[in-house]
Amino acid sequence: MTYNKRDDGRKFDDMRKIEAKVGVIDRADGSAMFKFGNTWAYAAVYGPRNLFPRFLQDPQKGILRCNYNMMPFSSSSERVRPGGSRRSKEISMVTEKALLPVLNLDEYPNSVVDVFIELPQTEAGSRTAGINAAAMALADAGLIMKDMVSSVSVGKVDDKLVVDLDYAEEAWPEGDVADTPVAIMANSGKVTLLQMDGIISKDELKELVKLAKKACQKIYEIQKKALKDKYKVEKNE
Amino acid sequence: MSKILVKDKDIVVPGEILAEGMDNLPGTGTYREGENIHAGQLGLVSINGRAIKLISLSGVYQPKVDDTIIGKVIDVTMFGWRLDTNCAYSAMLSMKEASSDFIPKGADLNKYFSLGEYVVCKITQVTSQKLVDISAKGPGLHKLRGGRVIKVNTNKVPRIIGKQGSMVSMIKQATGCKIIVGQNGLVWLEGEPKSELITVRAIKKIEDESHLSGLTDRVKVFLEKETGTKLESNSR
Repeated sequence: MTYNKRDDGRKFDDMRKIEAKVGVIDRADGSAMFKFGNTWAYAAVYGPRNLFPRFLQDPQKGILRCNYNMMPFSSSSERVRPGGSRRSKEISMVTEKALLPVLNLDEYPNSVVDVFIELPQTEAGSRTAGINAAAMALADAGLIMKDMVSSVSVGKVDDKLVVDLDYAEEAWPEGDVADTPVAIMANSGKVTLLQMDGIISKDELKELVKLAKKACQKIYEIQKKALKDKYKVEKNE
Repeated sequence: MSKILVKDKDIVVPGEILAEGMDNLPGTGTYREGENIHAGQLGLVSINGRAIKLISLSGVYQPKVDDTIIGKVIDVTMFGWRLDTNCAYSAMLSMKEASSDFIPKGADLNKYFSLGEYVVCKITQVTSQKLVDISAKGPGLHKLRGGRVIKVNTNKVPRIIGKQGSMVSMIKQATGCKIIVGQNGLVWLEGEPKSELITVRAIKKIEDESHLSGLTDRVKVFLEKETGTKLESNSR
């Protein structure tokens, strides 16, 4: 059976329903929520603040520390073991590397900016939702950033190129599946994250990155709106 | 062809293009890339002639020279005290800068400031590595006794103080509390227990509603209702 129609009736280049909100956690210096359908990510930013243990301090510039965490009950398949895992550690690292190019932490030597990404519910695309939420939270924290980062996963299901895979597509049993999370800087169009899981040809990958760029532009508009909405009333001054 | 793409008091997000062409000047919070001026952070646009700058709306305190702040003693060393400043960097208060009194050699420094005490002080120096030196010697700088310390958003401090201190003196007048506002977002207040609570609520109200117009009037109505006294209108 070939994959002619997506299970949830979306077009191949459609994303799931997106929701975004900024300022969801009062005690954090910056916070945001981002949802791709049933994948929910909450990000809280603390800092720049004092960094300990001391050997981690960098006198040249501040460091960024990301922590990606899926809650035990979040998964759509099995229960996730609480605490860190090889997977969460890797995703924390790629998130950090996806966000670092837009941040300028030169003004904060020896300090740290902590980003905590929590996922209460996931159904594929969690790292991309996490990056989207984290980028908004960092902007909300008033940090010096030269650009925003938007992220989406693209991929191939059977022979179709699709945007924003859900769990059923990622686990499509009757053919090849390739899953490629991409993060893109909104204004400069530079790619800050590109991972791949599955088999795909060079031309198809090029096509996928093009699809991701288009989708990220849409996500950027949503992020921008969410950030402006939080401060909207300030205009009435 | 140069043009400014945003209006005064617009909210912009990082990376957003503010102006095109070389005729405009990038101010604080913005940067130039190629011919365009981009926003370098989330902020409120402020256009002054050809210069475009951003006013930040959020973020933690960054130490600046000549700011009056409230610090908490976290360590007593051989040569002075280390104070927490409610930001990423702690500040050093040296023996020389601590008091106009003579501190004899080998004196127990705990007699002057001990752990956990709050001090109103002024930042005298900030280095590139963000080593902060402060002074507690000068008019209005002293140790804080009694009262309570609350935390507010650093970016809202100017609104709490008001124009020429109008807001804070209105609260002082209404509640009879002594109030000291530190630039680092710590506010100390002391008075009758009841009026302290009213003051805390008034400050929280300013923090929450600082972006809405008619703030002074609303705070005045709030204070009059809570304290039951009529405030003279200070229409400066």
